[in-house]
Amino acid sequence: MEGLLFLTFATIAVLCAINLVLQTHPISSALSLIGVLGSVAVLYLLLGGEFIAAVQLIVYAGAIMVLFVFVIMLLNTGAEKRPTRKVLVTWISLPLLFTFIALAAMLIGAQVPRTETVTFGGFAGGTTLSVGRALFTQYLLPFEITSILILIAILGAVVLARKEI
Amino acid sequence: MNFFIVSLIKTGIVAAVLLTTLAYLQWIERKVLAHIQLRPGPYRVGPHGLLQPLADVIKLVTKEGVIPPYAHTLFYLLAPILAVSIALTAIVAIPFGPQVTVFGVTTNMGLADLNIGILFILAISSLGVYGVALGGWASNSKYPLLGGLRSSAQMISYELPLALAIVAPLLIMNTLNFRDITIAQGGYWLGFIPKWNVFAGPFPQIFSFIIFLIASFAETNRVPFDLPEAESELVGGFHTEYSSMGFASFFMAEYANIVTVCCVGTVLFLGGWQPLWPAAYGSDLAPVVIHFAAAAMFFYHGANALKTRRWDRFSFPVFGVLFLALGGLFLVPILKPVLIPLFWFLAKALFLVFLFIWIRGTLPRFRYDQLMRFAWTFLFPVAVANLLVTAFLVAVTSK
Repeated sequence: MEGLLFLTFATIAVLCAINLVLQTHPISSALSLIGVLGSVAVLYLLLGGEFIAAVQLIVYAGAIMVLFVFVIMLLNTGAEKRPTRKVLVTWISLPLLFTFIALAAMLIGAQVPRTETVTFGGFAGGTTLSVGRALFTQYLLPFEITSILILIAILGAVVLARKEI
Repeated sequence: MNFFIVSLIKTGIVAAVLLTTLAYLQWIERKVLAHIQLRPGPYRVGPHGLLQPLADVIKLVTKEGVIPPYAHTLFYLLAPILAVSIALTAIVAIPFGPQVTVFGVTTNMGLADLNIGILFILAISSLGVYGVALGGWASNSKYPLLGGLRSSAQMISYELPLALAIVAPLLIMNTLNFRDITIAQGGYWLGFIPKWNVFAGPFPQIFSFIIFLIASFAETNRVPFDLPEAESELVGGFHTEYSSMGFASFFMAEYANIVTVCCVGTVLFLGGWQPLWPAAYGSDLAPVVIHFAAAAMFFYHGANALKTRRWDRFSFPVFGVLFLALGGLFLVPILKPVLIPLFWFLAKALFLVFLFIWIRGTLPRFRYDQLMRFAWTFLFPVAVANLLVTAFLVAVTSK
């Protein structure tokens, strides 16, 4: 059951990601990105990270992507114009990309030691309780530093957007 | 396998009841608004217009669905489907009653018992904006575009106070599970004040409840925050170009969102299925008394029917008998554990729905800058202050 769900949503995520790159219209790309984020949320859920799954949907799909879509609609940009490519680029780019990915995977695989395989439901630290406990005890300093960073970003945005007096 | 069969049956029941409720909410809204404005409302189709929703459905299904020539066809067709499916999904997390045993099968009243119930609802409702925004943009026409843009800005702004208002009772409850939240609200202070979150210690969540209600009016695009579909300035807002089933889907989505928000408010603040006063003082008899009183009213008006309305002599007693039978159902011992919690849950949720309609009949619409100023300079700080006070008191008292 889990394997079937994993395959379905992993396929959807990959297809949406490919579609995101192939589409010429910004809205189609944005919607494909939402598809990717949603299916990745389901994958988190399958692995037992229920809190991360919900937050992924609320923050990325529900807030950040809404702003993306909002801006695309406001600017009302048309479809992207593809530049004409040289024959060599058209034929060589895909094989080169795959070679690069394969090489990177081989190198990483050689460096990182082999661990036991991931099992569905084997991870129990994804509940709201354990995530909250970890954030506010073990990782308190990174958490606080991140919040200060976000505060600085907000202040910067306000300063940049403020009208000159 | 048993789990799947029980889930299928429960889903079927909830889907049927929910879809009927959505159709009849339209009738209830028109009737309540009409009576607020001293007119009878829908009256022609069936007794007191009771068959009006059916007529509306037939009309909407058989109308021609027009696609504007310059619309983005794919997104134009996708938007209403997205809106209605997301709106209907949210209902799965709501618990309607406690664990019950029916025909030897023990099951929860409600579809899914999620550990992250409230986060699930927030996630689903934050996706709901895409239907509206996409529908407005894909129509490729000025009024829908303005409506869609207003809607996305408004929903992002009001999601913050909404989430902050939801967090405050969660601090007291210490769980995100709707079922646990409701169970924790059982019992009474001094034997008669219910331990609902609006009356809860250490800090009564009445302010959170009011902020939650205000923000949810904006989230569901209702008066006084209905700028995305303001009829007098934007024709119909984001759904101006939609006809037939597309229009119907947007309408269903709006009503489904209202139902979900009212159910969430009931569970979080009004104690879910917990009765208003203890069963020891006869709270189990409340539904019986209400139904019998309605039956008595029907019999009285049937007996004293006007000369010009001879048909009432027969129709009113029929409804009276119907209400007698409904009230009698609450006295059957086998049905009692199912029906009594359901009655209290629905009574509270439908009261909130009534509040939505009541306010629509009372308040005028906000101006756009007022709407944004209200959210960011009043509602948001008040929600933060409320959250801080609650957190402080919870931290001090929970030793």
